[in-house]
Amino acid sequence: MFDFLEGYDVLGAFWMTVKLTALSAVGSLIWGTLLAAMRVSPVPLMRGFGTAYVNIVRNIPLTVIIVFTSLGLADIFGVTMGAADNFDVQGFRLAVLGFIVYTASFVCEAIRSGINTVPLGQAEAARAIGLNFSQTLRLIVLPQAFRSVIGPLANVLIALTKNTTVAAAIGVAEAAALMKTMIENEAQTLAIGAVFAFGFVVLTLPTGLLLGWLAKRLAVKR
Amino acid sequence: MSSVLYDTPGPRAKRRNILLSIVFTVLLALLLWWVWQKMDDKNQLEWNLWEPFTTSEAWTTYLLPGLGDTLKAAAISMLIALPLGAVFGIARMSDHAWVRGVAGTVVEFFRSIPVLLLMLFANEFYVRSTDISSEQRPLYAVVTGLVLYNASVLAEIVRAGILSLPKGQTEAAYAVGLRKGQTMSSILLPQAVTAMLPAIVSQLVVIVKDTALGGVMLGFTELLNSRSTLAANYANVIPSFIVVGIIYIIVNFLLTSFASWLEKRLRRSKKSTGAVLGEDTVEVNPAAVRGTYGTGENTGGGF
Repeated sequence: MFDFLEGYDVLGAFWMTVKLTALSAVGSLIWGTLLAAMRVSPVPLMRGFGTAYVNIVRNIPLTVIIVFTSLGLADIFGVTMGAADNFDVQGFRLAVLGFIVYTASFVCEAIRSGINTVPLGQAEAARAIGLNFSQTLRLIVLPQAFRSVIGPLANVLIALTKNTTVAAAIGVAEAAALMKTMIENEAQTLAIGAVFAFGFVVLTLPTGLLLGWLAKRLAVKR
Repeated sequence: MSSVLYDTPGPRAKRRNILLSIVFTVLLALLLWWVWQKMDDKNQLEWNLWEPFTTSEAWTTYLLPGLGDTLKAAAISMLIALPLGAVFGIARMSDHAWVRGVAGTVVEFFRSIPVLLLMLFANEFYVRSTDISSEQRPLYAVVTGLVLYNASVLAEIVRAGILSLPKGQTEAAYAVGLRKGQTMSSILLPQAVTAMLPAIVSQLVVIVKDTALGGVMLGFTELLNSRSTLAANYANVIPSFIVVGIIYIIVNFLLTSFASWLEKRLRRSKKSTGAVLGEDTVEVNPAAVRGTYGTGENTGGGF
């Protein structure tokens, strides 16, 4: 029944999706946290930069950003991400760069909403014992904020998993690209669609359940 | 100017903030200068690359029709997805276990699949099983993909909207002798719609952004696709990306601002008895829905 799968590396394509998701998740978590720190900092200029970044990037379609990394950054500006001779690796790295730029704005907003859940008294107490801004942020506020944003961050991660399919637009051989090839060449459109749909359900559903459970367990009870 | 993290600055903090501002300005200026130099190096600043955007031809031939198709696909998808989402959202709260089960499975299934997969599948399906002309097919495929995905997201918004209403509303309706269907249609839904409006408007941003997928993968003639035709004609890849990016930002920023204006207004006027669902409440996982929706807390992280 599933003999149409022969000759196609479905697992390899999904492995590519997982790699894209994992690398982009780590990158956007770091960049997004930095952006969030800027957005809550006492320096007005940094706050302005953070706000502008989030509002601009959030409103550009991810597809535009991904296509731009390939046609703009790579073709015009010669940004090869250290893989000038290998188009597959270059496409992969450019896609990860694009996902980080885009997803970081959502990570930033999630963390900022988490910082807002920390009661004012916590920070007042921190200042009362003589901690400065970065100590208050690092030792008191962020640890509590992170625990309360596991749920929202899980949503960002799930959306990122689904968004990695956009990398197909610049020829990265991940799941959506393989599905496009397969349904064009094989007769069993419905069965192929079901296989790939199942693959994404397998990737996203456990993530949502696991992180949802974690969010409940780790939430700061107030 | 006080927040969770810092007090109103004293003299030392003021001096430090000014110093940090200067350092940050210098870094930002260096970055901008570097980008400007790079642009200049690759001759992207020459006027003849930017000039097309001052003529009406570039706009009337490429950009405006592209934007028109983007907005058309988004509007059609929204109009179909909204009633469909309402039906599924209400079905998820049915008293009959099998209705609840089927609606829940359908919603969760389509929510966990990437829109691109749905579009690709719909496109191939139309090629094989229908005789929709090849010029019309991309629009159909894009709308189908967007409707399937966004109807399931809207179903969750509708459900959250109804759950955000106080229990007394239903109890009062039953007390005056309304049946279940009447309660839903004349008491719960009208109030839920008010609460949902901001979330629905911000879902439009997601739909507008997702139409761009159809342009790259299916040849739908929306804004991003007309950009490539334009760039092929005038040989101005970078300027065309910048202009198209700005158009997207303006359109979506208007929608986002409208949504948050609406949210503020609804919160203030308190037309609804329940919570108002803001832009951040879009796209939540089921675990979060049960936890925080009822209280109207923002759950954050909508895409």
